[in-house]
Amino acid sequence: MTGNPLLEVTGLKTYFYLEDNLVARAVDGVDFTINEGETLAIVGESGSGKSITSLSIMQLVNRPGKIIEGTISLEDDDLLKKSSKQMTKIRGNEIAMIFQEPMTALNPVYTIGNQIIETIKKHKNLSKPAARERAIELLKLVGFPRAKEVMDEYPHQLSGGMRQRAMIAMAISCDPKLLIADEPSTALDVTIQAQVLDLLMEMKERLNMSILLITHDLGVVAEYADRVLVMYGGQIVEETEVESIFEDTKHPYTIGLLNSLPSLDKDVERLGAIKGSVPPAHSFPKGCRFADRCPHAMDQCRESNPELLSIAPNHKVRCYLYEQGGRSNGNRTRTTSKTKI
Amino acid sequence: MYKYIIRRILVFIPMLFALTIIVFGLAQLAPGDALSGKSLADPNVDPEIYEQQREALGLNDPIYVQYWNWISSAAQGDFGNSLIFNGRSVMELIEARFANTLYLGLFSLAITIIVAIPIGIYSARKPYSMLDYGATGFGFLGLAIPNFFFGLIAIYVFSINLGWFPSQGTLSSPGVSGFDAFTDRIHHMVLPGITLGLAGTATYMRYMRSEVLDVLGSDYIRTAKAKGMSERNVLYKHTLRNALIPIITLMGFEIGVLLSGAVITEQVFQYPGLGTLFLSSVMNRDFPVVMAIALILGILILIGNLIADILYSIVDPRIRYD
Ligand SMILES: Nc1ncnc2c1ncn2[C@@H]1O[C@H](COP(=O)(O)OP(=O)(O)OP(=O)(O)O)[C@@H](O)[C@H]1O
Ligand code: SF4
Ligand SMILES: [Mg+2]
Repeated sequence: MTGNPLLEVTGLKTYFYLEDNLVARAVDGVDFTINEGETLAIVGESGSGKSITSLSIMQLVNRPGKIIEGTISLEDDDLLKKSSKQMTKIRGNEIAMIFQEPMTALNPVYTIGNQIIETIKKHKNLSKPAARERAIELLKLVGFPRAKEVMDEYPHQLSGGMRQRAMIAMAISCDPKLLIADEPSTALDVTIQAQVLDLLMEMKERLNMSILLITHDLGVVAEYADRVLVMYGGQIVEETEVESIFEDTKHPYTIGLLNSLPSLDKDVERLGAIKGSVPPAHSFPKGCRFADRCPHAMDQCRESNPELLSIAPNHKVRCYLYEQGGRSNGNRTRTTSKTKI
Repeated sequence: MYKYIIRRILVFIPMLFALTIIVFGLAQLAPGDALSGKSLADPNVDPEIYEQQREALGLNDPIYVQYWNWISSAAQGDFGNSLIFNGRSVMELIEARFANTLYLGLFSLAITIIVAIPIGIYSARKPYSMLDYGATGFGFLGLAIPNFFFGLIAIYVFSINLGWFPSQGTLSSPGVSGFDAFTDRIHHMVLPGITLGLAGTATYMRYMRSEVLDVLGSDYIRTAKAKGMSERNVLYKHTLRNALIPIITLMGFEIGVLLSGAVITEQVFQYPGLGTLFLSSVMNRDFPVVMAIALILGILILIGNLIADILYSIVDPRIRYD
């Protein structure tokens, strides 16, 4: 179902240079590929570097953050070598992005129509009336029955879910190859969440886009993603297809995330969240970044950070438990899973 | 929106009424009247004569009668006669000076806007640059130096030493007319205009900087960039309009600040405006003039706020009109 590589990220490092000479290694050596037509999810707790990874792809990381290393290639074209002017032709056109907060993501002083039309006019060689026609069609497409009126309405006149629909219309207005959705449903009512995600998937099929879906909801991953990256401490700790993340879970952190999901067949709401919290990005431990919270931490884990290694086709893990010579124990593999979605 | 504007104007009326009561009340509360100053100055005059004059001027009527007399004629533009300037009518005294003060205020506001807003924007785009530091330093100075002191220094340097600008008045000679008179007026307004606008310029610069910085960090600016909007578009379309919203509100108050600043500044430059007239009338207890000026300044401040409200409702669609 997925085709050739569309976006390839290698060795990406994005650091924040803070006061007192502290350096927050928000994204610290990330490699991954998104294929054509694929939905790749990134999951991880708050502060694990999901948003900064996606903003790095767009080159929209604000000071004091800086991409210091790596390549980001869109169809073999290295985006990090482009001038800022060339990047404005990529953003919104080849790669579009929608954000978590539909309340604040649209400019409050311009109409929905104005904001969609300006995007179309920027990237497509269309007259204003033609751009307007297209904007109305897009609004209809994302589910506004009274699209014409909505064109002249301001963001504050729409509900959160409707605003996110308008954001989606804007994002797909120039047929991007890749749509990055950074927690697109987190800020919405539970009943609206699924609608918005379903809409995203419908648009993906229709326009044959790829989607990079950032979330911390494993239920969303199970339902919508093809493949998933688990991030912790600015690095990928596990990468695999969506079936095996639930049925053949390897990394102790991923197991912890799954255990913290509410379960359908148990009375208890939560089996328990992972103890402790994510170490701050300016003071990661020397060894494995999860060591302080890991129930299986060994001496070796505190000495050095394991590599992200393939343990099976399409399955990579960053953990000494699965390295040659490390202890390998089938019990650690979570084999059953029922997740509430 | 028209409904909203009309409603704002309706609210204006009771405020105006309250203003007249305050102005009248304050004048009543002030110790003494136009004649008590004189009786102190000249003890040889029989107090009986002052009493007769008080009676004639209506100063012995009950307060509400005095208020009614004052307000009903004021409504027709008649503020009575000055007690000092040989009984010339207050309106006549004020008319000539009102325009002078208005020009000075507008000139100073224009300087403020032209200087403060671009510098504020630049400072926000390049925070911690040389110009930003310079602007910050200037901002502190501008707020710390009192108007009269800055005015004196400006006169000393630019009038006396360099001779670039005149130090007082509005025209070099009464004879000039036409375009020459216009440029001559501007020439005379440069020093008092800058002096008057100094604090405002400093304030707006700081406000503009922090507003633009705020907006630049907002989600919708990130959205605009993510859509591929150019830096120019992001700044001039998406940032500026949002950053100006609070500035516009501030402008409404600025009119009051300017007018009160004008009282001192005009004095320093011997500029024949409402400010100088106000000060001398207060000194002489020329109450009809004081009350008229206070009322006019109050009305101007109310109008300033009204204009700010209307502009605000035009710029910010989130204002609710109902
Ligand atoms: N403006 C900033 N200044 C300093 N550090 C930052 C800044 N933005 C991000 N970081 C660092 O980058 C790390 C990763 O942030 P990021 O926003 O990518 O997390 P996230 O995974 O998206 O979390 P969330 O689920 O809360 O959105 C943070 O823990 C923080 O240390
Ligand atoms: S490397 Fe060690 S500490 Fe890190 S996750 Fe694996 S077992 Fe736990
Ligand atoms: Mg995030």
